[in-house]
Amino acid sequence: MQPLLSLRKLRKEFPGCLANDDVDLDVMAGEIHALLGENGAGKSTLVKMIYGVLNPDNGDMIWNGKPVGIETPSAARSLGIGMVFQHFSLFEALTVSENISLGIPTDLAGPGLDERIVEVSKSYGLPLDPQREIHSLSVGERQRIEIVRCLLQNPKLLIMDEPTSVLTPQEADKLFETLKRLSSEGVAILYISHRLEEIRELCHKATILRLGRVVSDCDPSRETARSLAEMMMGSDLTLPEKSVVNEPGPVRFTVTGLSTLPKDPFGVPLKNISFDLHGGEILGIAGLAGNGQTELMDLLSGENLCDQADVIVLENQPVGSLGPTGRRNLGLGFVPEERLGHGAVPDMTLWENGFLSAMGRQNLLRNGFIKVGKSVDFAVSVVHRFKVKTAGVDHNASSLSGGNLQKFIVGREIEQNPQVLIVLQPTWGVDAGSAAAIHQELMDLSANGTAVLVISQDLDELFAVSDRISVICEGRLSDATPASETTVEQIGLLMGGLDHADQSLENAAS
Amino acid sequence: MRIEARTEISKPMIYAAPIVAVVLTMLAGIVLFEIMGHDPFQALHTFFVAPVSSLDGLAELGVKGTPLILIAVGLSFGFRANVWNIGAEGQLTIGGLAGGALALAFYDVDSPFLLPGMLVVAALGGMAWAAIPAFLKTRFNANEILTSLMLTYVGLLVLSMLIHGPMKDPDGMNFPESRLFHDAALLPHMIEGTRLHIGFLIAIAVVATAWIVLGRHIIGFQIRVLGMAPRAASFAGFSHNKIVWLSFMVAGAAAGVAGILEIAGPLGQVVPVISPGYGFTAIIVAFVGRLHPVGIFFAGLVMALSYLGGENAQIEMNMPNAVTGVFQGMLLFFLLGCDVLIKYRLRLT
Repeated sequence: MQPLLSLRKLRKEFPGCLANDDVDLDVMAGEIHALLGENGAGKSTLVKMIYGVLNPDNGDMIWNGKPVGIETPSAARSLGIGMVFQHFSLFEALTVSENISLGIPTDLAGPGLDERIVEVSKSYGLPLDPQREIHSLSVGERQRIEIVRCLLQNPKLLIMDEPTSVLTPQEADKLFETLKRLSSEGVAILYISHRLEEIRELCHKATILRLGRVVSDCDPSRETARSLAEMMMGSDLTLPEKSVVNEPGPVRFTVTGLSTLPKDPFGVPLKNISFDLHGGEILGIAGLAGNGQTELMDLLSGENLCDQADVIVLENQPVGSLGPTGRRNLGLGFVPEERLGHGAVPDMTLWENGFLSAMGRQNLLRNGFIKVGKSVDFAVSVVHRFKVKTAGVDHNASSLSGGNLQKFIVGREIEQNPQVLIVLQPTWGVDAGSAAAIHQELMDLSANGTAVLVISQDLDELFAVSDRISVICEGRLSDATPASETTVEQIGLLMGGLDHADQSLENAAS
Repeated sequence: MRIEARTEISKPMIYAAPIVAVVLTMLAGIVLFEIMGHDPFQALHTFFVAPVSSLDGLAELGVKGTPLILIAVGLSFGFRANVWNIGAEGQLTIGGLAGGALALAFYDVDSPFLLPGMLVVAALGGMAWAAIPAFLKTRFNANEILTSLMLTYVGLLVLSMLIHGPMKDPDGMNFPESRLFHDAALLPHMIEGTRLHIGFLIAIAVVATAWIVLGRHIIGFQIRVLGMAPRAASFAGFSHNKIVWLSFMVAGAAAGVAGILEIAGPLGQVVPVISPGYGFTAIIVAFVGRLHPVGIFFAGLVMALSYLGGENAQIEMNMPNAVTGVFQGMLLFFLLGCDVLIKYRLRLT
């Protein structure tokens, strides 16, 4: 049988980095084909070339037996290639159908679009109301819009970049049904994910990239998650080990009755959030994106201030009205979700980015002047300890792959030995090997008496590292339960708001 | 034809672009002079070479360059932090007026403290004028481009009012000019027989200080982070409002000092027109110099040459005054054009 898409000897070089070299790939119609690799292995570059966002330096692309040059995304779409990106491109204030009409050829966007949206969304089990405005939708619903937008154009190949990283386990299962249905209709799917279990369950074939080259391919259902990870890394995977559960230490961080209205009109109001964080424990907060995590993070870090100082207590001091610098000086470290532009300045060097959050506690200033030598040493020690792949600390943060930069940003905080560390999405988009390393460092840190708060959408991660887990949903935080006494399913249901729905039923009845 | 974003931006081109822009300006100048019926090479010589082929001419280059460099360095702090102060001309005017008022209040006093006092008061005057848009920006989020620009015209009218009123020379036969300053209120000259005054040394000192502050001091670091990634600045705990205030204060002080250097230097008295638009031209200087103090130093001299060349072309070749503005405009146009082509490429479809 002739492959739907064949890539032959594809090569793409960026200055100082060979992103893809000699890549061969065959995708058959109806095949769900996984693309695996560590961060920086070249997966994104490869799919961007297939979707016409980047153009290869060398090599051939063959579509249905004919050589093609896919120079732009619109050329890719007219061949029948669709792509669902990791980051959605939707306008918050517009409706579903308005957003869809902006991203498809004009002849498809004409009258009757609403009916076509409803038809496609129904037949594939992706319920959508064309007239809803985006800001009122959950992340899972937003992803459906992107998928429906692709399906309206009758794609023959659908590229999905980390689609389940934003979904509850239940939503992910639904997505898999849709994908299997598409595959049975002959649509090929190129699937990128770091979640190896779901690849084993879903995909027919996997191609593994390492350092820009294809190193092997396999049938993922015959492999284990561990063997897949080891193929990606080219070495043995060390899984993090939790040290023996010790008695929780003193309370280091307390939040009592934190409520706010969001600054952003489409933000989430926080409702009466309270929790304690003990030294030596890791508290996990689960929740789907957009349920108040970023709002909570901004208040905990001091980027936004609370109305009352004593709502947040750090090491027995009220800090609700202190900014990030004051809280850092009292021993708080924090890692925001967005790496580029929030946790790091893309166009600054690594040592300057190390200085960014370490200047106070590491004493990197003299009379207002930057101690360059000491700042460089600090960045170098982070790079060494956390095995950050970089050509040197005088290279810009934007030159690092996402996972490597994440290692640097998390490492920068851990290296400062904080009393309390708050991390939002510690391994978002990070490969298995690096994720295991970051998890191990978080656990070691807490074993040494630091109180650690991990806010994440990834339940596997939370169950791997947390002592206690609570769930944030629509700006409310559930009580924390010991991780050993709950299950992924229970937490998944809480994330979907079941608890909240029950409560409102009870309220209505009483 | 379509415009596409380039995936990689060439670093060397970013620094080569100002030079390319200067060369393109010269080439366009040749075409322009040809159309106007002048011998283009003689015209270019008159414009760019003749003005600086004598000691006197080189000194004049320093005289014109001083205010441009000073103001542009001041503005570059804000521009790097995305604070768009367009009102340096007004800050120059009010600063110059404040310093000039001090000189006139003590016009018959011969004290070595008078000149330093005038510089301080002028800096404070410029800062006071810059404080208005800074306050409106930080308190009400008013767009600083509009407020600072509009305040320029208010500042020019304040000058006009004072020079036709209280500042007018009582023995000046009703001309709108102040008394001539005494020697104690005039800047010492650096080279005897030329107009080059010690203000040029102040400009060099400011360039050096700004270079160190932007590169190695926490203030410069905060400004750069805010300009490149505002959310990272808030992650680091830098206050946006403080940086807005700081940017306006630095620019206001620099412009105010530039104003008094004109009044206590080449002018020697307060007159109805203190500056031929230095405050606006300095914006071009700041960008041609890539917002880097050393780049601004050279860009300031190039722009000063365009003033001298324009004057020379008027005298020698009977060209209109507009020729200066045309050359300055072409330089900015070509620089911006180069910048577009550095970030984007044209693709024929």
